[in-house]
Parts: sequence; C-alpha cells; structure tokens
Amino acid sequence: MSGAFRTASGGRIDRTQPILFGFDGRAMTGFRGDTLASALLANGVHLVGRSFKYHRPRGIVAAGSEEPNALVTVDRGGGRLTPNLRATQLELRRDLKATSQNRFPSLDFDIGAVNNLFSPLFSAGFYYKTFMWPASFWKHVYEPLIRSAAGLGRAPTEPDPDRYLHRYAHCDVLVIGAGPAGLAAALAAAETGARVILCDEQSEPGGSLLAETEARIEGRPAAEWAAGVARALAGQDRVTVLPRTTAFGWFPDNLIGLAERVTDHQDRPDPRLPRERLWQVRAREVVIAAGAIERPLVFPGNDRPGVMLADAGRIYANRYGVRVGDRAVIATAGDSGYRAALALLGAGATIAAIADLREDPAGAAVEAARQAGIAIRPGTAIAGSRGGHRVTEASLRRIGGSDRVERLDCDVLLMSGGFTPAVHMFSQSRGRLRFDAALQAFLPGKSAARERSAGACNGRFDLEGCLDEGFTAGAAAAKAAGCGSPRTRRFARAGAVPAPGGFLGAVPGTGKGKAFVDFQNDVTAKDLQLATREGFRSIEHVKRYTTTGMATDQGKTSNMNALAIVAGALDRPIPEVGLTTFRMPYTPVTFGTIAGASRGMLFDPLRHTPIHDWASEHGAVFEDVGNWKRARYFPRSGEDMHQAVARECTAVRMAAGMFDASTLGKIEVVGPDAATFLERMYTNAWARLAPGRLRYGLMLNEAGFIMDDGVIARLAPDRFHVTTTTGGAPGVLNHMEDYLQTEFTDLKVWLTSITEQYAVIAVQGPRAREIIAPLVEGIDLSPAAMPHMSVQTGQICGVATRLFRVSFTGELGFEINVPADHGRAVWEAVLQAGAAYGIVPYGTEAMHVLRAEKGYIIVGQETDGTVTPADAGLDWAIGKAKKDFVGKRSLSRPDIVAPGRKQLVGLLTHSPQEVLEEGAQLVADPHAEIPMRMIGHVTSSYHSAALGRSIALALVADGRSLLGQTLYVPMPDRMIAVTLVAPVFYDQEGRRLDG
Amino acid sequence: MKFSLLSLARNAVSGQTAGPAQWRSPQPRAVYDVVIVGAGGHGLATAYYLAKEHGIRNVAVLDRGWLGGGNTGRNTTIIRSNYLWDESARLYDHAHRMWETLAQELNYNVMFSPRGVMMLAHNVHDEQVVRRHIHANRGNGVENEWLSPEQAKAFCPPLNISSDMRYPILGAALQRRGGTARHDAVAWGYARAASAMGVDILQNCEVQAIDRDATGRAIAVETSRGRIAAGKIGVVAAGHTSVVMAMAGLRMPLESYPLQALVSEPVKPCFPCVVMSNTIHAYLSQSYKGELVIGAGTDAYVSYSQAGGLHISAHTLDAICELFPMFRRMRMLRNWGGIVDVTPDRSPVIGLTPVPGLFVNCGWGTGGFKATPGSGHVFAHTIATGTPHPIAAPFSLERFRTGRLIDEAAAAAVAH
Ligand SMILES: Cc1cc2nc3c(=O)[nH]c(=O)nc-3n(C[C@H](O)[C@H](O)[C@H](O)COP(=O)(O)OP(=O)(O)OC[C@H]3O[C@@H](n4cnc5c(N)ncnc54)[C@H](O)[C@@H]3O)c2cc1C
Repeated sequence: MSGAFRTASGGRIDRTQPILFGFDGRAMTGFRGDTLASALLANGVHLVGRSFKYHRPRGIVAAGSEEPNALVTVDRGGGRLTPNLRATQLELRRDLKATSQNRFPSLDFDIGAVNNLFSPLFSAGFYYKTFMWPASFWKHVYEPLIRSAAGLGRAPTEPDPDRYLHRYAHCDVLVIGAGPAGLAAALAAAETGARVILCDEQSEPGGSLLAETEARIEGRPAAEWAAGVARALAGQDRVTVLPRTTAFGWFPDNLIGLAERVTDHQDRPDPRLPRERLWQVRAREVVIAAGAIERPLVFPGNDRPGVMLADAGRIYANRYGVRVGDRAVIATAGDSGYRAALALLGAGATIAAIADLREDPAGAAVEAARQAGIAIRPGTAIAGSRGGHRVTEASLRRIGGSDRVERLDCDVLLMSGGFTPAVHMFSQSRGRLRFDAALQAFLPGKSAARERSAGACNGRFDLEGCLDEGFTAGAAAAKAAGCGSPRTRRFARAGAVPAPGGFLGAVPGTGKGKAFVDFQNDVTAKDLQLATREGFRSIEHVKRYTTTGMATDQGKTSNMNALAIVAGALDRPIPEVGLTTFRMPYTPVTFGTIAGASRGMLFDPLRHTPIHDWASEHGAVFEDVGNWKRARYFPRSGEDMHQAVARECTAVRMAAGMFDASTLGKIEVVGPDAATFLERMYTNAWARLAPGRLRYGLMLNEAGFIMDDGVIARLAPDRFHVTTTTGGAPGVLNHMEDYLQTEFTDLKVWLTSITEQYAVIAVQGPRAREIIAPLVEGIDLSPAAMPHMSVQTGQICGVATRLFRVSFTGELGFEINVPADHGRAVWEAVLQAGAAYGIVPYGTEAMHVLRAEKGYIIVGQETDGTVTPADAGLDWAIGKAKKDFVGKRSLSRPDIVAPGRKQLVGLLTHSPQEVLEEGAQLVADPHAEIPMRMIGHVTSSYHSAALGRSIALALVADGRSLLGQTLYVPMPDRMIAVTLVAPVFYDQEGRRLDG
Repeated sequence: MKFSLLSLARNAVSGQTAGPAQWRSPQPRAVYDVVIVGAGGHGLATAYYLAKEHGIRNVAVLDRGWLGGGNTGRNTTIIRSNYLWDESARLYDHAHRMWETLAQELNYNVMFSPRGVMMLAHNVHDEQVVRRHIHANRGNGVENEWLSPEQAKAFCPPLNISSDMRYPILGAALQRRGGTARHDAVAWGYARAASAMGVDILQNCEVQAIDRDATGRAIAVETSRGRIAAGKIGVVAAGHTSVVMAMAGLRMPLESYPLQALVSEPVKPCFPCVVMSNTIHAYLSQSYKGELVIGAGTDAYVSYSQAGGLHISAHTLDAICELFPMFRRMRMLRNWGGIVDVTPDRSPVIGLTPVPGLFVNCGWGTGGFKATPGSGHVFAHTIATGTPHPIAAPFSLERFRTGRLIDEAAAAAVAH
C-alpha cells in the first residue's frame, strides 16, 4: 500500500513500482513518479516543517518549485547531506531519507514555538528597536541569542564527495519551460532546422499538461501529446531536451545559466555522471515559456497544515493520484478553485463548499461544479481557519454582509488568489515589466535582450492561446536567428478550461489574527502595514524591513500579495509602488554546480618547471610562488632550512651553485619597432643597446612606481628577450599588450610569452665558467668575448641555447636558456660537470639571501607599489635623455621629489645574531609608545653565512641621510637597535662578478 | 519616539498601531544650507553629524532612488581597521571605534557584531604581507594578531589546515574586534536620527545638473524634483560619483566596476567569524538569518551595469568550496552587484574640490561600508568648517596631482 490517500487509479505514477522511503525516521511507501511531497500526502502527512521566526507548524502548500514551507534535509550518506530541499521537487527514490527542519526536539513538539506567543513583540524590524540596553548585554546575551536562532536546515559538515561539471553550448533558440507554450515553441523552431535547447525544471516535459485530465490536443490526451512531442523533439539531432534543468540566471549577451540535476533522482547514482551540471548556453534567441504561479489568499490562519494552493490540490489528484484530504473547503478568486474541486471530487473527496470572492461567478468551470452538486458561496471570503497540526475548520464570511461566519469542518482548505505570470527570467534579462490592469499582473513589456515570452508567463491562460502563442514565438525566434520559417500549424484541442480571475492582497475583512503573506519568513499582512506606517514606502524598503520575499522561495507565491498590501496601505496604484528586482538565481543553485570541476588541483592548476621532478626526487622543499612550485632549499639529511641555506650560499660564494630560474617570465618582443616600444615601456634606454648585450630593465606603472624588473637581452636589432619577475609575468604581458593595443597602435611590435618554452638554469659562483665551458659549443666564454651582461647563442650539451652572462648573486654567473624539453638533461649535465668543483643546487631561499647581500631588490618585497626608482636607489636605471616612458610624468610630481620619502637602506642589528622579522617597523625613539611614529619597515631579513651575521634591507624615511645612525625595531616585548648602512653588504666594489 | 523593548511591548499590547514614520518624507525646499547628493550610509551619516556636531540642520540628503539602496544595501558588511598605512589606520580605526557605540548613539540597533575578522595567508609572500600589517597596526594602536594554523582552526573550526590543500593555510591575521553589521539598519538608523534633527531626506530625487555662478561656485542642483539651491554641496554618490561630478565640469580619478556578492540559503549557525582570503578571492561570514554571505570580485572591465558575469561568481564559489569543501552542497540563494568607485590607490577621496562650494566623499571602492560612521563624521567637519578634518586631510583629491598616494592595493587586491 502506498498510503490511505492514494486514489484507486490515475496519475502519472507507476503503481507497479512501490518505493520505501523515510521521513523523520518513519518508514512509508510511495510510487515511482511521486515527489516526496505527493508521497507524504498520500500517507496523510501534511505537517512537514516549522516556520523560521515563530516555529509555526507548516504543511505542503504547493506542488512545484514555488513551495515555501516543505523544506527538508536529505542525507545520502558519505557527506552527501543537503539542507533546505523542497519536498515538492524531490523525486521519490529508493531509500530516500528526509528529515524536517527548524524544530527541536521534534516536529510535533517544538520548543521554539514559544516565539509564537510573543509574536506581537516580534513585529517587523523588532531587532532594530531592541537589544541595545544595557550596551554590555549585546555581546554576551543578545547577540548570541539572535545568532543561535538563525537558519533552517543544518549545513553539511563533511566534504562533499560528489562531482559537478560544466557544459558550454550554443543554440539558435533556447526554450525555457516545456509546458504547452514551450513545447509548441520548440516544435516551431525545430522544424526550421534551428539548433534548439528545451529545458524544464520538472522531471518530465509537459508542464501544466502533466496534471491535465480533460484536455486533448491533436486528438490525444494532453499529457500523452506532450510526452509524444518531447520524444519526437529529443530524437532530432539539432534539438536537446533537458528535463530537471532550471534556467536560473540571465547574463549579458543572452548567456543563460541552466542547472541540470543529473543523479539525485537515481536510486543508485551512476558514478560516471556528475551530480549536477551547469550549462552555460549562448542563445541567439530565447523563448521564455515559464508558466505562472498560483497565489495564496491572505487571511488569518492561512498557514495551517492542510491549507494549500487549489491548483496544487488538483495536481496532486490528477498527476499523482493523491487525495489531499477527505473533506475540502475551497476559497477562490477565480476558476482554479472550481477545477480543483472537480479534481478532488474525482479523487473521492467531499467538497464542503466553494467560497468565491466574486459576486457572480460564471463560466464553464463554475457550471461544471454546479452540475456536480458542489455548494458554491459567491461573494464570500474565507475568514479564518482552525486546527493544531492540521486544519479542522474553515470559516466563511459574506463580503459586505454581517459579521456572521459560517463554520465548516474540513481537513483540507484549498485557496486560489489567481495566477502570477513567472516573469523572473524576462526581468533578469533587463526587460521592462508592464502592469496589466485587467489581469492585475505584471507582464513582459519592452525587451532588452533577444527574447520573447509565450503562454502563461505572458498572461495567456487558455490552452489554445498558449499553444498558438508558443508556436508563433518559436517561429519568430527561429526566424530572428536566421533559420527560416516553419509551416503554420494550429493545434486542435478540446476540453481544458482557462483559469481566469484573481485577487491580490489580503482578502476583504481580514482583521485580527495572523494572515501570512510570506510563509517561510513569517511575514504577515500586518507586518507590511506596520512597515509602511513607519515610513518604509519603497517596496525595496518594505522587503528589507519585513524580510518579505527574501526566503528561499524568493517570494514566488508572496511578492504580488505583498505589493498589493503595501500599495493599499500607501493608497497608491500598484505599478507606482513597483516590484523589487528579480535577481538570479530563479531557484537556489548548488555551489558545487557553479564551481564545477574547479577543485583541488584543477581549482588553480599548479605550474611545474622542467626541473621540478629532479628537484622533488632530490628532496627539495617547495614553496608556492604565484601558480608555480619553486624549490626553496635542498636539505641534506639532518639539515634544517637555516643550515641548508647557509650551506647553499657558501657553496655559491666559494665554488658554484645552480638554480632553477625557469619560472622567470619571458616575453619575446619582436618587430621593427621593438626597441622603440621598450623605450616607452621601461625606464632604461634601449635604442643603442647593441645586439648581444643585456641590460637591467625597470618598468613603472603610470603613477611612477616600480611595477616589475628583469634583464633584457637584445638578440638582434628587431628582437629582444625580455625577462620579468615570476609573479609579475602575466601582468607585464597584459600591461604591454594594453599599451600596444590602445596607446602605441602605430608601432610594429609582436609580443609572445615564451616563459614555458625555456628552461633557465643559473650557474653562479667563481667556478661557473670552468664548469660550463666543456659543455658549450660555438660560444666563446672568455671575459673579453663574453663580458658581464652579454648574451650569445650557440649550443650547450648539443642543444640550442641563449646563454646569458648575468648575475643575481654578485658572483660570476651564467643563465642557460634551453628549450624546456631539454631542461632536465642539461641541468643534470651541468651538475655532473660541476661535481668536481663542488657545485650544489640552491633554492629560492639562498637566492634571496645572496641577492640581499648584494642589495639587489626583489619587486614585491622591497617594493609594494609605492616605491619609485629613486626610493629604491635605482635612478641610474632611468634613461636621462629619454623623452618619455610610462610613469615618467609622475616622477616629477611634487610629493615624489619632496624630502621625507622612504629610501632603501641596509640594517645591521647591534647584536649580530639577531635576525629581524620581515615587516617589522622602524622608529627613531627607543622609548616610543603606541601609537608611535613609524619611519620605515624591514623589507628583507636573513642570516648571512658569508658575513657570519644577520643582515636586513629596509625602507626608511630619508634613510640615505641617516646612514650610520641607530634606529629601533619595536617588538611587542622589546626594542631592537639597528644601525643604518648602505644596502650593499658584500663585495661593494663588485669585483667578484668577473670570478 | 525612543526605541526600546518597553516601547515595543507597549505597542504590542496596543496592537502595534502607533509606529510613527522613522523619517519624514518632506517636499523639497527651495534652499538648503547644505545639500548632500547620495543617501547611502556615508551621505546620511554626513548629514547626521552636520546636524548633531555642527548645528547645521537645514540640510537635505538627495537620492535618485530610495535611501540605502546603493552599495550600502548591497555590501557584505565586513568591518575591520587593520589597514597598512598610518593614514588609513587612523581613518578606519576612527570609524571602527564609532561602530562600537553606534547602536546607542542612534538608538537604532545596527547589530554591530565584533565576531572577529580573519585574513588567511597561503604562501610565504602572504605571510610577509600579513606580518607587516600586524607590525604596522600595532604601532598605530590597532589590534591585529598572528595566528598559527592551529590557532586559526581553533577560532574558526570549519577551516581545513591540512598541508595537502592546493592553497594550504600557513597562518592568519585576526582582528578580534572586527566583524559585521546590519547594512540596512545603518542607513535607516542614520536616516531616522538625522530626520529627527531636521534633515530632509529627499528620495527619488535625482541630481541631473549642478549650477555654478559666474565665479564658478557651485550654488544649486537641478533635480528630478526641481531646482534646489545650496550653500554647499557634498557629493557622496559612490559608483556614480564621476557622473555627478562631471555635472560640475570635474573629471574624477575614478573607475567604476560592478562588484558582486551572493548569499546561500539560510542554515543553522555553522560559521563563527569572518574569513577573508585575498590570495584566492574568497570572503565569507554567516548572517543573522543564517545565510552564508560571500563576497565575489569585480568584473575585469569598467561598467555601470549592476549585473556582473557568471564567471565572477563561479570563481568565488570555487574558492569557497576549495577552502570549505563541506559547503559544496550548499545552494546560492541570491546574487547581486553594486557599482564601486575605485581610485588609483584604492583609498578614498574626502575633501574639497577645485569648484568652490563643492565637496566630495568617494572612492571607497570595494571596502567603504566599514568606514561609514567615520567617513560621515570627518566629512561633516570638512563641509562645516571648509577645511579638511585632520584625519581626512591626507585623503585629498590633490594627492593624485602631488603623488602622495595612500596605496592600500599593496595590502589587498580587493579591500573589503
Ligand atoms: C558587493 C559589494 C560588497 C562590498 N563589501 C564590503 C565589505 O564587506 N566591507 C566594506 O567595508 N565595504 C564593502 N563594500 C563597499 C561599500 O558597500 C561601499 O564602499 C559603501 O557602502 C559606500 O557607501 P556610500 O554611502 O558612499 O554609497 P552608496 O550606498 O552607494 O550611496 C550612494 C548613493 O548615491 C546615489 N546617487 C548616485 N547618483 C545620484 C544622483 N545623480 N542623484 C542623486 N543620488 C545619486 C545612489 O542612488 C546611492 O544611493 C562592498 C560593495 C559591494 C558592491
């Protein structure tokens, strides 16, 4: 058995496939094709959750994605816990285990419900007016209290093991919604040969037709017709039909985000498939056929479990074979209530009465209800309900009559305030809504994107109109996309009745008692009125003050009622009060879906140099620099970082070291104007640099501050090999391209990143020349032929090389550029050749120390975007005769030339073994107290093996004029005395460069 | 009416019928002593302090939309003051101190929540930057402390401090008194308090032109609700400041970008503090409603469109999921954008302009909410006295001409 409230036959469920599931630990049975909501209702369960603020018992209200109340947590095990899922969208599958939320200790008995008693205190905005005194209570009493009340379900606590993927797609026509309008639109577009994507958030295409039992289209029952059309469409090459796929966001230039739920509904998820898939669809044209959402009526007690939307009652009966109650009272503003009444009648329920807000209800549905003998109360409003965990009674009152109410027993109360067109996607596309006074609804007005709306979301509620409008829209979209026109087609149809009529706001006579507008957030009509009285006149203000429309359903069922109540309170027409902005997503989208495959190592791919594997095999400790892994040091057994670095430094100074410099950015700048271009991008002069020579280049930003630096080789008159810092490489290339494409469009220059084409092996130390000499062919390494700062091309180890003579250590040095694929082989050959000389590999840490001993800056360490060439002691790198370069103008600004700027200096601690902390500040006064005047900071600080003591670089205000003086580094517990010195600690004369 | 639990209870008994409007909605007058353009938090705070501290009550605050509807009502509300440079530390800490008593000052609970703001360091360079901040902050009397990975996890249990992460956590800077506040309440609280002192808040009143007299002095604004003459005009229009200032013939050193944020569905308390990672662009806290509040990045190109690209939120959510893999199944509920005004040095501009009678307060970019009280306070002084408040003085428009920049970009790519 699958529940006492299951009809004997009918519906789209598969009665041959019973499914066992659990809710709050209680085992129940449903059928394949059920949602959790329909299966619960079939078992007579209405109470499924508690509301956010007052913890009021709540039941299932709707049958689709607009559901405000029935939110559950599903735990699939292994970290697969998902809170806040709508029971109305959860397809029943084997072993589905769902639990209710926001209740303690249980759904039936919830302590939080005491809030309900104090609800008059918790009026809109109550937080803002209270909890201020005594001020000291805020932190320890009030705030923790408020924070602990937050939220609905519990967040998962374990990592999610599931996968998510992205698909990108292009199409001529994207159709959003596969109801009659959407199916017709897809048919029309597909016929023209257009590439069509048809998506729908439900488990199968058909939309409203899935609950249609009377209507026939083209001679077939409507639902059967829909299934046939969907099958035919899916069979076509150029058509993609996506069920369980929500169009959730509209981005510039008709990029639509679709979220596809791929495996959640499967009994056993296919491990080859992602859990969900994000589609980013670039659509030439879009047809929006998103349907309409029924509105609740706002009356006291409209939130009791068992109070439902009329159409939901009908859908449960017709589509799922579920009788939502045995005895129904129906309150309606239009035909929907009658259609529901007939459906419930068919499902075996008794209809106590239909209360219709209209004075003279008429039309086919009304007639049919009359024929069926249902008691109809025209001009009658629903005045309230009673019941604890389920509605037991409804009271009706004649509009404009006496106060006398008619009380009717019932176990379900269906309500309909009419339908609100789903204009969300249209609005997200930045189209302008217009208010249709006759329909009392906002409809798509002026378009801003290439789209058109059809069917109920466009205000067409009759089946024939939806089909025709859908077909026309699909045809027009295909045509606009350049795909020709389909044959005209009329859909013969019979049987379905439109559902006109509607009402906005609180039903007449709603006085005392809580009449809810936003169920999930517990916002009542009174809250809205209170907000307007407090001066919140803009609907955005009201929304924020009362939180109406801000729950997980984003106000799908509540926004129009809220708007009408506010308009009424302000005595202004609805369109003047306006709607709040529709924001993406249409329904909530899983973080993982949006993140996609970007996780772990794919989150941000790591970059490895050609020598990485060697380093890792040889025990290197790595550090992250940008996306690169760089070897920081190569500890031998028993060494810590300090010892390893000291050994590596000593080897470089005494014999030789080798360093993997492959991560340096490399840009080849080529073209007849290459030198002119570099003249403008770098401070230095390039025009007269001879081919075969290197020069240190300094790059400034427009503000005149150091942006990057690197050695640049002129290989030929029209060809430069530019190196950049590791972290700066992409930025420098962007910067260059930016100028080339926007400012210097007259220059003939081409830029190519060659960072990854070359492995770079620095060989540094007095024995460097001897070590590489035997490996080199066709290059004269003698000091005369290859002086410091020169470049030669030739071969090394049989491989083409661009060999630089350059030093970042102060020692005689070479940088061997070889094609990346040969990097490791050359590295190993150099190591072998150097073994006899005592060569050692060294890492970034030793590199840092060695260059600091020489006072060479590292961009990003000695500089921070505020340092000029003069500050860093690099004014020599500025081509004095140059007319212009990027940043030049800024260098003459008054505050750039004024005294008091921070200048690069060296620091020696008075106690030589004391290594300063990088980033520590400098003060002049040894007794300085907080707040203190700080005049500089330590940029680099190391123990220097060569000097047998600590050294540091610092930026200090007017530092160069303070050399020899003592300053202080304030630490939390003491002051450290330091002497200012010139920033070159080792080999001031630079003799060692020549070995 | 003074707000308190008592008054609320009284209203509750009387059926809540007595709530008077929190601010007046007057018709524009022809002339005001001071006209503030922009009813965001900064503009409203400016008006409040003009009235309260300088006795200038004939003030109007104009907004083209509804008050607080700009970036004030769109931001992720991170409040901290551990900025690097002395000038910034002074400015933001001035504001930070004011947050601590703002609810009482305004008799409006802005729900300032000093739950701690933690900034993660993922590599050696991050650690250097963070430590430099901590040292500089200490010298300026601004609390900020270094936490080891274990200490960071103790403070924020959802953190994953294992070393095999793509971006391992090497440590963090924590400002314990940093936190969040309820953004709307800040705008409403200032509006209510300013209005009570006589300030006119004119909503749906777009400034369309600025009139200048023969001497060049700004003397009036032309608005969608008519011409309004002003003794002084203060422009506080965030992302649209360039547009408004152009009406007075001034070109501002600003670029406007869409900046996005998003929230998840509400869940029970699961995240105790604010966590920021500048390196991988992720900012996260949990709101009073239980939503995870997540700050995303700016678009790569300047624009006035409030809809940013999907790839921007995607690149924020992958970072969040990378840091907090347990949130991968959480769902995004709302996503939005605001137009932020970014200066070349990522620091604000507060002060006089080359046009007499015209003052400007802008350039707060991605991180000005935290400054709201302090910004209004020093700007009110600047307008009232005609000379910059000492704390505001370094933030002059002139600095871009003279080169005395205050570059907080050195501190963070996105300075929330
Ligand atoms: C997504 C996002 C996240 C952020 N996160 C943080 C954060 O975590 N922490 C933080 O400190 N800061 C953050 N910020 C920045 C912060 O929001 C802003 O710096 C701050 O709120 C600016 O306040 P304001 O009052 O100057 O501007 P706004 O609140 O934008 O007010 C300016 C007002 O000027 C009005 N206006 C514009 N043109 C005209 C005109 N012609 N006539 C009349 N009125 C006009 C606008 O309508 C607007 O209301 C964030 C910003 C965004 C967008």
